[in-house]
Amino acid sequence: MSEHLPILQVVVPLLAGPLCLLLRHRLLVRGLATAVPLACLTIAGLLLHRVQQVGAISYHIGGWAPPLGIEYRIDLANAYVMVIVSAIAAVVMPFLPGHMGSAMVRRREHLFYAIFLLALAGLLGISATGDMFNAFVFLEIASLASYSLVALGRHRRALVAAYSYLIIGTIGGTFFLLGIGLMYQMTGTLNMVDLAHRLPEPMSPGTPGSRTVLVAFAFLAVGLSIKLAVFPLHQWLPRAYAHAPSAVSAFLAATSTKVSYYLLVRVVFSLFGAAYVFDALKLDRLLLPLSIVAMFAGSTAAIFQTDLKRLLAYSSVAQIGYMTLGVSLASVTGLTGGLVHLFNHALMKGGLFLAAACYGMRLRSSRIADLAGAGRLMPWTTAAFVTGGLALIGVPGTAGFVSKWYLVLAALEQGRWLVAVLVVASSLLAVAYVWRVVEVAYFADRDAGAHPIKEVPPLLLVPTWILIGATVYFGLRTELTAGVAEAAAGVLWESLR
Amino acid sequence: MKQPRLLREEVILRVVSKALVPLILLFALYVQFHGDFGPGGGFQAGVIFAAGMILYGLIFGLANLQRVWPPRRVELGIGLGVMLYAGVGVATMVRGGRFLAYGALDPHHPVHGQHLGILLVELGVGITVASTLIAIFYALGRVPPEPRG
Repeated sequence: MSEHLPILQVVVPLLAGPLCLLLRHRLLVRGLATAVPLACLTIAGLLLHRVQQVGAISYHIGGWAPPLGIEYRIDLANAYVMVIVSAIAAVVMPFLPGHMGSAMVRRREHLFYAIFLLALAGLLGISATGDMFNAFVFLEIASLASYSLVALGRHRRALVAAYSYLIIGTIGGTFFLLGIGLMYQMTGTLNMVDLAHRLPEPMSPGTPGSRTVLVAFAFLAVGLSIKLAVFPLHQWLPRAYAHAPSAVSAFLAATSTKVSYYLLVRVVFSLFGAAYVFDALKLDRLLLPLSIVAMFAGSTAAIFQTDLKRLLAYSSVAQIGYMTLGVSLASVTGLTGGLVHLFNHALMKGGLFLAAACYGMRLRSSRIADLAGAGRLMPWTTAAFVTGGLALIGVPGTAGFVSKWYLVLAALEQGRWLVAVLVVASSLLAVAYVWRVVEVAYFADRDAGAHPIKEVPPLLLVPTWILIGATVYFGLRTELTAGVAEAAAGVLWESLR
Repeated sequence: MKQPRLLREEVILRVVSKALVPLILLFALYVQFHGDFGPGGGFQAGVIFAAGMILYGLIFGLANLQRVWPPRRVELGIGLGVMLYAGVGVATMVRGGRFLAYGALDPHHPVHGQHLGILLVELGVGITVASTLIAIFYALGRVPPEPRG
């Protein structure tokens, strides 16, 4: 069976989703939905292990050889992403039943799990596939499932947030498809490896196809930037994360944008190549300022939020800025920084959103002002939030420090002192917004008239602390993440040629 | 003032649709199972099948349609079709081929296996597409629930 691992990675959640519809029984569905992400994590772990030993694995769907057939191609970069995605899905799972907003959702829980597993299948499919059109199909599966997950939020405003997410997300998906279509027009292939081989010919300046390839790249880059919420295209993100159920926010914040980042990096480095994107197009001149603006604008906006989930969402906009900064530095070290941050940010933002979910369960609100007294009454949750906050700031000993270290290193490598200083300076803004929460939670007294609160059950504390503990663990054992990320960056950088 | 009449009280609509619905369903089945020889396939067949059902629902009312296709059965259909598709893929893997390598379904006559595989996969597509479209029709025709929060 082990040669089938690449397809099992996607088919297991894809089959489990509709199976939820057939089972219907609450306990059976919950059991299935808990087991599947764990199975996915096992498969992803095995794949990562295998790829580290033997290099890229290719799986031919239907036995048709690429480039004609659809190929699933697992290398270090996407095995790394699939481990993150399935790990987060496994950890988030205990939160899903208890924390769903409306009674309508609780009555039809099996539908919710079906959608969640389809979202997981979509995200894993985008990562696993070596075929551009297949990637688009899975992007749509993941996106459509995410829209409906966001719509399940507690308040009616969740519907508006999901709707605006749907509109902007569909534009992003359409742009991506247009880019694929134009590339197909110029090369006659959809396979990523084959594209990497055939693109240089129409790409070279002066040939009649060079403009088409340029437009194709523009559509792909803008489409994926919308999905990734790169700075001026980020408007959908705070609304969607603020109104989605907290556990869904944790899952989406930790996986969805990460997979989009992987796909963007794959397109930029593996298909088009750094020489075209950075030397000929000079994308870094646009992306670098945008990333820095995102770091500052996102963090500044986060400082002024009154809602905890919205604060975390704006902080995500800033953190995505760090990841795209890694791309725009156009070096292996920079890309390593971006990929390390992809992993670390998934852990810390996932953990922080889960802590917000714990608060939401007891306080029945996500307003920061309502956190008063939570530091004393919910000590474990608040401690988790503080630790996650320290990681966001990038305090040494946490995972956030490792990513920023690599980014600063990459900036200094190119003598860009200003960029390095700005990375550090923007971290100070993170101190401000994390402190706002800490101040209310520890130093404000709870109103006498407010309803009593107590710590959440261990079933919810354990997953939160797994993620928060991991940010500390990977902050101390840096060779685990940085080692894999560095090798993955090397694989991506070499392109598929 | 004239009262607005129900569609089922319109003689022409009622008689014509009663005659058309079976033909539409038959045509859907033709498109479904002739799909491997001529134009057609599961998606188109599913849409045509659902169109026949939705026509019936528009003329004779949602309640009558739901007696034929209870919402729960429609929900099952959505899942069943996908399961059938992916199940064929799993079956090919169990029989030693790659995922969806239909030839593995019948090792002695790979061509027969290919026929069977594509037939089942397209049937899965047809079931899911028809069920999904009917489910969308039900969702639009439903009385909206009480507003949330």
